[in-house]
Amino acid sequence: MTEHQRNWLATEPRKSATFDDATLSEIRRAAATGIYDIRGGGSKRRMPNFDDLLLLGASMSRYPLEGYREKCGTEVVIGSRFASKPLKLAIPITISGMSFGSLSANAKEALGRGASLAGTSTTTGDGGMTPEERGQSKYLVYQYLPSRYGMNPDDLRRADAIEIVIGQGAKPGGGGMLLGQKISDRVAQMRQLPKGIDQRSACRHPDWTGADDLEVKINELREITDWETPIYLKIGASRPYFDVQLAVKSGADAIVLDGMQGGTAATQEVFIEHVGIPLLSAIRPAVQALQDLGMHRKVQLIVSGGIRNGGDVAKALALGADAVGIGTAALVALGDNDPRWEAEYNKLGTTAGCYDDWHEGKDPAGITTQTPELMQRLDPVAAGRRLANYLKVLTLEAQTLARACGKNHVHNLEPEDLVALTMEAAAMARVPLAGTNWIPGAPGF
Amino acid sequence: MPHVDLAETSVRDLNLALHKLGADTNETLWSIANPGGEHSIAVGINAPITVNIAGNVGYFCGGMNKYANIVIDGSAGQGVGENMMSGRIHVKGDASQSAGATGRGGLLLVEGNASARCGISMKGIDIVVKGDIGHLSAFMGQNGRLVVFGEAGEALGDSIYEAHIYVRGPVASLGADCIEKEMRDEHRAELGELLKAAGEGHKVDVAEFRRYGSARKLYNFNIDNAGAY
Repeated sequence: MTEHQRNWLATEPRKSATFDDATLSEIRRAAATGIYDIRGGGSKRRMPNFDDLLLLGASMSRYPLEGYREKCGTEVVIGSRFASKPLKLAIPITISGMSFGSLSANAKEALGRGASLAGTSTTTGDGGMTPEERGQSKYLVYQYLPSRYGMNPDDLRRADAIEIVIGQGAKPGGGGMLLGQKISDRVAQMRQLPKGIDQRSACRHPDWTGADDLEVKINELREITDWETPIYLKIGASRPYFDVQLAVKSGADAIVLDGMQGGTAATQEVFIEHVGIPLLSAIRPAVQALQDLGMHRKVQLIVSGGIRNGGDVAKALALGADAVGIGTAALVALGDNDPRWEAEYNKLGTTAGCYDDWHEGKDPAGITTQTPELMQRLDPVAAGRRLANYLKVLTLEAQTLARACGKNHVHNLEPEDLVALTMEAAAMARVPLAGTNWIPGAPGF
Repeated sequence: MPHVDLAETSVRDLNLALHKLGADTNETLWSIANPGGEHSIAVGINAPITVNIAGNVGYFCGGMNKYANIVIDGSAGQGVGENMMSGRIHVKGDASQSAGATGRGGLLLVEGNASARCGISMKGIDIVVKGDIGHLSAFMGQNGRLVVFGEAGEALGDSIYEAHIYVRGPVASLGADCIEKEMRDEHRAELGELLKAAGEGHKVDVAEFRRYGSARKLYNFNIDNAGAY
């Protein structure tokens, strides 16, 4: 066979679409270690999100408002259904629950500082309430979790709101795992567990088993806090219509709906990538549930899970949410995965922007660690300032978009202000495909 | 002595009155009549008082109790003494499921039986049950002591951390990572103190009890232990 013939017969090497590089790498890793991958962060694959929606700015049939001159309100009241002291936030963007233990005390303090500067709330997590966070948070939401780590009535009464965590977007139905290497003396003391062991967080609450029980549980918490403190229920997005209806029935003042792009400190990758539904697809069924019960805007809906910019905020509000929550984005604003630590990320076998082994406690940015020398890298004042700046940018962007749609309050955005770029997004968000009046799956088509 | 008749006064008003009490209150003895199985009676107390409840109570009675001595002259519904921090709760009848759940301190004494998940996720509470307990009791028990005079249901101490369990009767089955352990002198002394605190020190022989606790094999994940989960 001649050289020419050999070249003619040769084909280019081609990788399997099913067994792509990431898949092959994971198979090799599993075979070598004998354990599924546990990591932080959220979903890493592309899925329908707010980029698949567009806002319809005003032209002839709508009348826009003047940017920088005409007012566009952003305030929101959360928890007014039963609680005598609802939260009055300046912006419709909250900081989602992230635990002390997973995060350093400095990071928790920075979250409190940033949220307070922006006039909004931050949230505790597994691990309880730290003095740093309480001290710097004007509004602090106290998570009431299945593990009940760090739970005590004094902190419950010190909270501005209580968030009963039933599910999390990254892992609805799953518990958590804080690996032993992050269990410092202080974390162990707060969680009342031995130092250095893996701390499992239960996937279900220990003293109630269903919606009827939960209603009684909520009333107990109300009794303990003299009906002053709003009670939120946080659910992972999976069956939002039914879960929201039951949450309302159980007596929630507000509902936190967390989509599958939401972050987590540490859980199985297979869980992160394969359980739950994207936030884009979860909001409309949740809003529908509230509307069917006549409770839309009465039981506030906070949505989270992949919120990144003011466009995401405006679109989530247009779909019917009262506020959004941010977690991963807040960590990035503090300094997480910052390229300034690139050399150290490289030493850990990764790169800035990809670091997700938060459970190992080696975070070069000093945010998801309990190692003192790393923790000191994060200045809580400066990081808090960065978070406040970011929150204000999100708000300004959402206001700008709302004004363009002719709205004098961000809550006046509505589904009618949206169209979709793809059929999938149109069906999930229940808005028309751009240039058509077609909503896949809607009655009449 | 304050007397509250729940046939005439709401649980809300009762709890509001109890929450106003400070550490130096003179109103240290309260009696509650006609509880009628109401939920959330005497929850969130933060003062060293005694509350005598004449009858059966519903869910979460004495929840998150601090300092108070609560006596229930009847049976208790789900989650009695949940997350209590200190003090003492004495149920003279039976207790439903999740008694003393996540409790951090104090003593919960049940004269009768306790149902499933007794002491679930206990974190420092002492629980003494004179009757039997149901399945999954002391599940993920982190700390504290559970004493059972009668029988224990299935999966006792499943995924247990450092809670101590003493059972006099048969155990249907042990949960993941829970094993029977040797009763040494310090355990006999510990059990004796608990029995004394429960008013049973002179009636029961500690030698009749067997001790259970964590094998500590599941404290750090290892794939070779996957079958145990």
